[in-house]
Amino acid sequence: MPTSTSISGRIHSVETCGTVDGPGIRFVVFMQGCPLRCLYCHNPDCRQLDAGKPVTVDELMQEIQSYKSYLRKGGVTVSGGEPLMQPDFVEELLRRCQQEGIHTALDTSGYVLATSKSVLKYADLVLLDIKSFDPQIYTNVTSVSIVPTLNFARYLNEIHKPTWIRFVLVPGLTDAPHNIEGLADFVATLSNVEKVEVLPFHKMGEYKWEQLGYPYQLQETQPPTSELIEQTLNIFSSRGIPALAG
Amino acid sequence: MVSTILEASHPTSAPTLSPWQDFKPGEWTDQVDVRNFIQTNYTPYTGDEQFLAGATARTQQLWQQVAQLMQQERQQGILDADTATVSGITSHAPGYIDREREQIVGLQTDRPLKRAIMPFGGIRVVKSALEAYGYQLDPQTEEIFTKYRKTHNEGVFDAYTRDMRLARRSGIITGLPDAYGRGRIIGDYRRVPLYGVDFLIDSKKLQLQSLEVAGIDESVIQLREEISEQIRALQELKQMAQSYGFDISQPAANAREAVQWLYFAYLGAVKEQNGAAMSLGRVSTFLDIYFERDLQRGIYTEAELQEMLDHFVMKLRMVRFLRTPDYNELFSGDPTWVTESIAGIGEDGRPLVTKTSFRVLHTLYTLGAAPEPNLTVLWSEQLPETFKQYCAKVSVDTSSIQYENDDLMRPVYGDDYGIACCVSAMRIGKQMQFFGARANLAKALLYAINGGKDEKSGEQIAPKFEPITSDYLNYDEVMAKYDQMLSWLSNLYINTLNVIHYMHDKYCYERLEMALHDRDVYRTMACGVAGLSVVADALSAIKYAKVKVLRNAEGLAVDYEVEGDYPKYGNNDNRVDQIAVTLVETFMDKLRQQKTYRNSTPTQSILTITSNVVYGKKTGSTPDGRKAGVPFAPGANPMHGRDGKGAVASLASVAKLPYEHAQDGISNTFSIVPAALGKTEVDRKTNLASLLDGYFHDGGHHLNVNVLQREMLLDAIDHPERYPQLTIRVSGYAVNFIKLTREQQLDVISRTFHERF
Repeated sequence: MPTSTSISGRIHSVETCGTVDGPGIRFVVFMQGCPLRCLYCHNPDCRQLDAGKPVTVDELMQEIQSYKSYLRKGGVTVSGGEPLMQPDFVEELLRRCQQEGIHTALDTSGYVLATSKSVLKYADLVLLDIKSFDPQIYTNVTSVSIVPTLNFARYLNEIHKPTWIRFVLVPGLTDAPHNIEGLADFVATLSNVEKVEVLPFHKMGEYKWEQLGYPYQLQETQPPTSELIEQTLNIFSSRGIPALAG
Repeated sequence: MVSTILEASHPTSAPTLSPWQDFKPGEWTDQVDVRNFIQTNYTPYTGDEQFLAGATARTQQLWQQVAQLMQQERQQGILDADTATVSGITSHAPGYIDREREQIVGLQTDRPLKRAIMPFGGIRVVKSALEAYGYQLDPQTEEIFTKYRKTHNEGVFDAYTRDMRLARRSGIITGLPDAYGRGRIIGDYRRVPLYGVDFLIDSKKLQLQSLEVAGIDESVIQLREEISEQIRALQELKQMAQSYGFDISQPAANAREAVQWLYFAYLGAVKEQNGAAMSLGRVSTFLDIYFERDLQRGIYTEAELQEMLDHFVMKLRMVRFLRTPDYNELFSGDPTWVTESIAGIGEDGRPLVTKTSFRVLHTLYTLGAAPEPNLTVLWSEQLPETFKQYCAKVSVDTSSIQYENDDLMRPVYGDDYGIACCVSAMRIGKQMQFFGARANLAKALLYAINGGKDEKSGEQIAPKFEPITSDYLNYDEVMAKYDQMLSWLSNLYINTLNVIHYMHDKYCYERLEMALHDRDVYRTMACGVAGLSVVADALSAIKYAKVKVLRNAEGLAVDYEVEGDYPKYGNNDNRVDQIAVTLVETFMDKLRQQKTYRNSTPTQSILTITSNVVYGKKTGSTPDGRKAGVPFAPGANPMHGRDGKGAVASLASVAKLPYEHAQDGISNTFSIVPAALGKTEVDRKTNLASLLDGYFHDGGHHLNVNVLQREMLLDAIDHPERYPQLTIRVSGYAVNFIKLTREQQLDVISRTFHERF
């Protein structure tokens, strides 16, 4: 077994007071690297695997330990970027957290299954982002195929991994009824899903696109109305799936 | 006292019973010991808030009348003023809001919100305050206080040295209570309902007797005169209550009398003293004993008890002092700091949470949110979960409560302490403080660099010594000079406070508040510091980056250029956090070496209230990159915009500051939008309670919790300096609110409040 200090990863930043990425107060690690190119991405600065700063698991664990008093009802969430782009690092980080009795959550798009199975062992909860259900819309939004993500979801179901599904509601992009209904029907087949979180589109990442010189295509898109959010939640709850906006 | 069980069939026989009927006797029955009364008689409550009753029609009508008066007052500046009568316990005829409706009576003057003059602190301040609002001081009153009766303010300036005047003018020591009442003394107002005034007078007479000793030295003479004054004040208090038709010579016999007697005691204090903070103490659990007894007896219903408390709180919200507009500017409004300390844990491990702990927080719903009374929850990890959740709910709904660490304070002050002003703990009735405002540590650093000259005026304020002349600041050189400067400052500071409190005792003594204390009180000399985070960051910049000095034509360092990055306080980074910790210890150690008036024990607070803005205005550019005039962070808060790791990292940095070296309190203000606390109401309550548990577990002392509502966010757009760490999180993403563009801020406001049309 390698000594833990030898495992290093690249992170964008940490947030010590996460309250919306898993239960309770969470220490959130934003990892570098993402194979998706979501049009509404609010962390486009996390895309490049070689950007950010290098950090060892030991260093990060030391920091996490210093927040233990706050995390008693929460825990650690690894987000990004796509954390499974750095599976060895994330696996070791989650393992060490669990060892310390800290609850772990993995926020992922589920695009990379092959190298992820051993990481999942150490995740108490998976936050699986399914960006759309219609394959064409999915590809429009992310530039990649939906197939790996659905396989990922099925695998989580197989191993009975507690999972929250997250779906970003973007008017004119992901709000087509068949798209949402398809997702709801699919989720209804999974027994491991505890709830669905509908995340209303917001533009607060827009300035990052400008800073990075990336063209932002959703300038004219408005956040969803409360009626649309309500309708979307109903599509899930009418299938017996607990759904929540936020 | 013998306690017997009341026959259930004769509840109306209550008035003929002894006022102490049904109370368990103890040490409290023979001598003044309110804590013992509470401990032997209170009923802890571990349930939730479901039992609470709403506002009665009478309360709603009465509060509407008060709200109208307050609105009128806001438009006019002040509603009315008595320009001739010197305020005292019995100075004014009884006043009412609406005699038919109010269940708890008593006003400072004969009309609601009418301001009285209190010239013993200083006649000039009274005169200028009146003039600022278009009133003229009565010539005869002015003559008395200029020709015949000296004031505290005059006394102070007679004794001030040249150094003291210079330091005061340059702003290195600011906010000194040398022209107004010092405040921060909590009378044990509970003694009046529990014992009645006659018992208290008798016990004061025994104290006087006990001071008929062989050696009558200065301290004995002073105390004997003070106790005689205290007895006089207690007699006046009886008279004042009599004018409202109540005889408070005997103990209160029921819940209503208990609230009324208690309020009279507090009212006497605010009629006599215009103290900077006139705090109430720790009354809810005390009152609960009376409330529980009357519920058992079937005398009052829940709605009636809430009504009494509502009317009491309404009166507390109406306390007014005549103050100058620049005082109000310093403290952003007209605060009175009627601080009420709620909950905490007893030394025996039982929570001091009662139903009345809930009832007093519930006034924020029955009467709506308000800054006064300053409701302060003494937080412990051991508090019942139901109460924690209720507090968190109240914070989320009203942003009107603050939290202080009971687990940290109980070992120092026991379980019957209260908070004076914002963060100053003291054993009630047994301890007082000499309030000392604060010294500007950031300015002191600039003096160290400039050889004792003020960076704004160029005037020599501190004793002259060799300034730093290099282009880049050297950490060791700066630290050596800074240490020298802090030695000078701590000595001058305490000397100045000695003058002030000598004169305050002499010319503006708190007769009634001190009458509600034991004979021998423990006194602290409560110093304070401002600019801690500025100095910590500045020293970090000097140590870890390069700081270039920019000097004016006279060679005075007036600006700094920081080259490179440096660790900033507020990110849980020990490299800089330890600088802050050491600074707190160092300054405290220097204060401890000084000789203090009445052998008081020096303490310090890291608290600025809202004066961080004014301190910033008076301070030139600092080596952390802060420009001249830019506000400091409030209290012990990190500088705004410099905490990049989120709110918990910021809390973790502040929690490192050592309470043993800042026992007058370490203030931290935490502002968050509801959405950033979680997605559902339950999440928000639970997460806020977890934050408090975490912060206090790690040794944090105080936390002001702002869960910002729409109005506050709009205010934040105009006054970003007041909201240093306002964080907006929207699923996996965080921004600092004040860094967003105006459009984005407005967007957040509409998003947060779900107001899309």
